[in-house]
Amino acid sequence: MPRLVSHPDEVKIVTKRFGMGAAEIDRYVELGGYESAKKALEQGSEWIINEMKASGLRGRGGAGFPTGLKWSFVPKVSQKPKYVLVNGDESEPGTCKDHLIFLHDPHSVIEGTIIAGLAIGAKTGFIYLRGEYRYLIQIVEKAVADAYAKGYLGTNIFGSETEFQVIVQTGAGAYEVGEESALMESLEGKRGVPRIKPPFPAVVGLYGGPTVINNAETIASVPHILAMGGPAYAAVGSERNGGTRLFGISGHVNNPGIYELPMGYNLKKMIYEVAGGIRGGRTLKAVVPGGSSTPVLLPHEIETLGMDFDQVGKAGSMLGSGGVVVLDDTVCIVEFALRTISFYQHESCGWCIPCREGTDWLKKSLTRFHAGFGTMKDIDNIQYLAENMMGRTFCPLGDAAAMPTLGFVKKFRKEFEDHLDGKPCPYAKHLELAVV
Amino acid sequence: MSTETMSIFSPALAAKFDALVLKYPLKRSALIPMLLYAQDEVGYVSDAVIEEIAERLSITPLDVKNVASYYSMLRFKPAGKYNVQVCTNISCMLRGGYDIFDHLQEKLGIGHKGVTADGLFSLEEVECIGVCCWAPAVQVNYDFHDELTNDKIDAVLESYKAKEGTR
Repeated sequence: MPRLVSHPDEVKIVTKRFGMGAAEIDRYVELGGYESAKKALEQGSEWIINEMKASGLRGRGGAGFPTGLKWSFVPKVSQKPKYVLVNGDESEPGTCKDHLIFLHDPHSVIEGTIIAGLAIGAKTGFIYLRGEYRYLIQIVEKAVADAYAKGYLGTNIFGSETEFQVIVQTGAGAYEVGEESALMESLEGKRGVPRIKPPFPAVVGLYGGPTVINNAETIASVPHILAMGGPAYAAVGSERNGGTRLFGISGHVNNPGIYELPMGYNLKKMIYEVAGGIRGGRTLKAVVPGGSSTPVLLPHEIETLGMDFDQVGKAGSMLGSGGVVVLDDTVCIVEFALRTISFYQHESCGWCIPCREGTDWLKKSLTRFHAGFGTMKDIDNIQYLAENMMGRTFCPLGDAAAMPTLGFVKKFRKEFEDHLDGKPCPYAKHLELAVV
Repeated sequence: MSTETMSIFSPALAAKFDALVLKYPLKRSALIPMLLYAQDEVGYVSDAVIEEIAERLSITPLDVKNVASYYSMLRFKPAGKYNVQVCTNISCMLRGGYDIFDHLQEKLGIGHKGVTADGLFSLEEVECIGVCCWAPAVQVNYDFHDELTNDKIDAVLESYKAKEGTR
């Protein structure tokens, strides 16, 4: 069972019901649950969207697109049914925040889905969880059944004339399905390959209807935003980055875990104070700030870095999914880069050639390199290959593979050079990586 | 399909599938859940599973196979009764995921995707399973076991053996 952690600097908004038995509907209601959905039902679409815009909430899946704005793009009138789609496919290495939301507070996701449906005029919402999360799917399915039994879902929600249905869907193992259009393909019973955009999901999405798709953390934030008011939520975060974020700190820290901190919280403080510093009193070597696809940062780059979409972007990386992976001085960066690219090679759906071929060649090159058979030209080739994958694929998986690779090569070039000419790796024990 | 007479699935699963195909705006949306639930019962996605699901969804067996082959949790041959899936992705790797994997290879005497002679365990190196903050972690079938050491994973294996009464 995932362990809960806490720190005095935390601002508990999304996590405030964690560990309080809120998976039970009566307990959730006792703790103020479903009040926001009722309020949203009374106030209507325009009010909801205005509150969301005022909240400054940006997509927690990683792209950071303003949620209120996304919802406002959905056409008011549509021939085809509209849908709300909750992305709980959580598969980015380093990311396990939605895991805790589904475990401790599944009704916040259901309530957020209802509110999103009211905002865009949808009658159906889907909550899609990765297949590995079976025990969480069972928790969410029970929560949905309980919400139906109470009349919070169904043909007359909360005794009104409004209908809203929720369907829980399981995946079956595929990182790519976390991409919004691939998720829609999967939900339509197909291989999870991405669709070309435009048209965007807000216009043509699931079953061809206008669709709002949001990350589970984004959706779980919605009831809290309506309860406290958009401006109050915005005030918790930093400029143009409203509210809090569930940061998942993993790797070589003393107290790994999910911490809810205000947007813009200093990364150094997050590692050294919130997560208790580097394990065994060792030295920090590097930080992957927002899941495995985000370019690595060096210790001097985190000194004054605030963790929000804009500041991390300015520093040359991305806030991504908020999965902070901390590396100490025992890590061989070449081996770490190889393990990262091995993942993307395994998960590339093969639809776009630059990604399918690029990830494969990067894995081959890095495997050879790490084994000590690299040449100086290989370093440039790895860089050239990664640069040529960028922006040339339907979905961001190609970029997600290329960006971290470029970061490792650029920032740790010397470490790559130290692997040349069959020299034994000076940074870590050489383990032959098993082939996934 | 009359589930009583023709289905290869248990009556409970057949009834679940009958309801599942009616749940969505489009019937074939049930495909991926059906494949996974069928695998849970049958052990793998067999030809018979593919045939019946295709018929239930009015699509071709080839279409079903094409989709099934995309998803990494679906397999086309049996695994052990307890499928031990070891995460070695970055967060687990940093906290000893490969040590756990090596230990299990030695302990079970099988490699990646191997099955023990008694069919009780199979072993698989898998990508991120979403428990990064509690690494290193292993998933046995659908059960998560986190913050592992060699001793802890040994105890986990013993608990499954005990369930079988083969200790």
